[in-house]
Amino acid sequence: MFDTGGMAVAAPDLASLALLGQRSRPLVGVCERLLAVPDALADLLPHGGLQRGSLVATGGTAATSLALALVGTTTTTGGWVAVVGLPHLGLMAAAELGVDLERVLLVAEPGPRRWAASVAALVDAVDIVLTCPPGPVAPGVQRRLGAQARDRGSVLVQVGGPVERWASAPELVITATAATWRGVGWGHGHLRGRLAQVSVAGRRGADRPRRAHLWLPAPTGGVQAVATPGEAEVAEPSRPAAGSRPVSLVGRAR
Amino acid sequence: MTGAASDHPARTVVVHCPDWPVVAARAAGVVGPAGSGDPVMVLQANRVVAACPTARAAGVTVGLRRRDAQRRCPTALVVAHDPARDARWFEPVAAAFDVLTPGVEVSLPGTLAFGTRGPARRMGGEQALAERSGWIASGATGGAAVGVGVADGAFAALLAARRAARHPDQSGVPVVVPAGGSAAFLAPLPVATLTLAAVDVAVPADLTDLLGRLGLRSLGDLADLDGADLLGRFGETGSLVHRLARGLDPRPLAVRRPAPDLSLSREIDPPADHVDRVALVARALAVELHQHLDGEGLACTRVLIEAETDHGETLTRGWRHEGTLGPAAIADRVRWQLDGWLSGTAALRPTAGIVRLRLEPVEVVAARGRQLGFWGGETLVDERVMRAVARLQGTLGSGSVRVPEVRGGRAPGERVARVPVEAVDLTVSRPAARMEGDGAPWPGRIPDPAPAVVLADPEPVEVLDRRGFPVAVSGRAELSAEPASLTRRGGSSGPLQGWSGPWPVDERWWDPVRHRRLVRFQVIDHSGVAHLLMVEAGRWWLEATYD
Repeated sequence: MFDTGGMAVAAPDLASLALLGQRSRPLVGVCERLLAVPDALADLLPHGGLQRGSLVATGGTAATSLALALVGTTTTTGGWVAVVGLPHLGLMAAAELGVDLERVLLVAEPGPRRWAASVAALVDAVDIVLTCPPGPVAPGVQRRLGAQARDRGSVLVQVGGPVERWASAPELVITATAATWRGVGWGHGHLRGRLAQVSVAGRRGADRPRRAHLWLPAPTGGVQAVATPGEAEVAEPSRPAAGSRPVSLVGRAR
Repeated sequence: MTGAASDHPARTVVVHCPDWPVVAARAAGVVGPAGSGDPVMVLQANRVVAACPTARAAGVTVGLRRRDAQRRCPTALVVAHDPARDARWFEPVAAAFDVLTPGVEVSLPGTLAFGTRGPARRMGGEQALAERSGWIASGATGGAAVGVGVADGAFAALLAARRAARHPDQSGVPVVVPAGGSAAFLAPLPVATLTLAAVDVAVPADLTDLLGRLGLRSLGDLADLDGADLLGRFGETGSLVHRLARGLDPRPLAVRRPAPDLSLSREIDPPADHVDRVALVARALAVELHQHLDGEGLACTRVLIEAETDHGETLTRGWRHEGTLGPAAIADRVRWQLDGWLSGTAALRPTAGIVRLRLEPVEVVAARGRQLGFWGGETLVDERVMRAVARLQGTLGSGSVRVPEVRGGRAPGERVARVPVEAVDLTVSRPAARMEGDGAPWPGRIPDPAPAVVLADPEPVEVLDRRGFPVAVSGRAELSAEPASLTRRGGSSGPLQGWSGPWPVDERWWDPVRHRRLVRFQVIDHSGVAHLLMVEAGRWWLEATYD
């Protein structure tokens, strides 16, 4: 078994060595299996981040912004995000919510027949896949995707759409409800920030629903926690900028 | 030097068609034939890859940026680079050489090489063989410029061929470097020519750049150095360029003929008559071959690709790379070779589908292993991403994977473009994907935040005032009445909770085709969702939603 005489010395396959090292470790802490998220969302999630290998769904009136805010930190720390389908995704909004566009792949709508294969190819390669299943996902397909995601440590995020398409419910369902926009009046102003009530429910340590009020996006950009519950009821956002006036003046120019 | 006799590379003929992509584009009918008016240049990822003689005379060089190239030659037609097209149209040229020798190797579409040993004896000398090669090539290319060079080794022969092709008055006259004269032939040439030896990886351009800055201007300067010094300073690449500069075979000592069991073949059932299906098999086969070689600590520099049809026709072609051929590179070459065969002229095309594909590594070297980037650069993850991208392109078609690039603009959809991944290099940092790329002020742009859902095709909606009449906007951006309710296509309708605007935009008034005049509004509908609406040509559209 240890007779290596005459054998060609192979170039070390670093990838498999690293994988082997990871697998033979006695214990993997939960924190190492987490993808970081912005602080405001970290307080809401069961382990303070997205658990690698899990399936997450976002819903409600701010589903897209929520999903983009969730993946932002991953891209800025060197991870890759792939978007499968979702042709209407606003990439400028993604950049504003902290996504590094250099680390984003956009895959054209693969169609219902090739959706699972395309997602599977990406789950193997990138850290987060943003998608929305075009139809019901068969239990076998979901099991296979889940196993792949756990093996590779990637996260599948469903952006909007009915959660019931999955054969078994996602580990986490993050929903934004009661969203109110600030900044637009009756014929004046412009959109600045949105207050949303974000609630998290799901399995795996998230069985107890958690909810919080968040700025999504905040008037200063990004996602921020609302400091006090009372602030949610305060009509105007914390920093109404004076710079907004010229904009409406431009609009009104005769 | 001990063993110098075995160190001298084999006499080689190289046939080189300069600016082959232009010739291929003309042959494919993408642009008019030579001499029919406008100059042509071929671009990839915004850089010039090839240009026709007229464009070159105007100062267009390879590697020039599109904008600069168009400034130098404004009348030039711009063609996107398509390696498959180049390979497809080069296949008949390579096939024409089958009458001379069975061992034709294509290093890249536009350049082929073969050993002189057998054919020179039959043709009566190297000079005669070279002249004959020139006739064959210009006949097969339909009269395109061709250069033929003969020298010791493929590198010197390629440079000789390029010199023959560029020769102003004696085009078609081959350049034959006498045996043992490669070093003297190479000595006066600039070090930058080293990048031609490798198709892409072996000699990076920044190395030749650095050599130039160190005062080594010509290959002769480089050859005079001690090989050990170059090896110590630049590692394996240093010793490789030193050997090239001295006219020696770049890697004679490490090369071994592999055992025959390294070749792999696969049956294709049912027979494939489309190149995409063969390409999938080829990719899998190439990955398998790569794993086998990797396990032995080897990398492939020359591979023989053999395809066999149901009727027993075979097409065998050798592909050579001065660097090493990875799985993706091998798969690409299979695609190039078969694309040329399957979609060639009727005389060339096989009569049945392909049933068997075989890959045989002809020449292997010890794998150096690869140092992955420490800070940025190529990381392990990046390589996995590239593989996934290649896989998706294989199943969904090219152009199906895109990356964002920040552009200027006023409409939410036009501020970020989706660029096909083929046009960019994912392994290097891309400033174009960063927000700083959007520097110019765009007066009239809707202020942040940007909408998270941007419809590719705006959806027609109806906006009514309090009395139920449609709200009209005058040419001076005046409203007929305050908007009060929004009706969407699905029939959902309700009173507005707020609205803001109008923001008039009068874009590209200087361009009669792309001129747009429109007015934008932000509204909050009855359920509290904010939308971006626009009025263009008297109609209301929903452009984006702040989801």
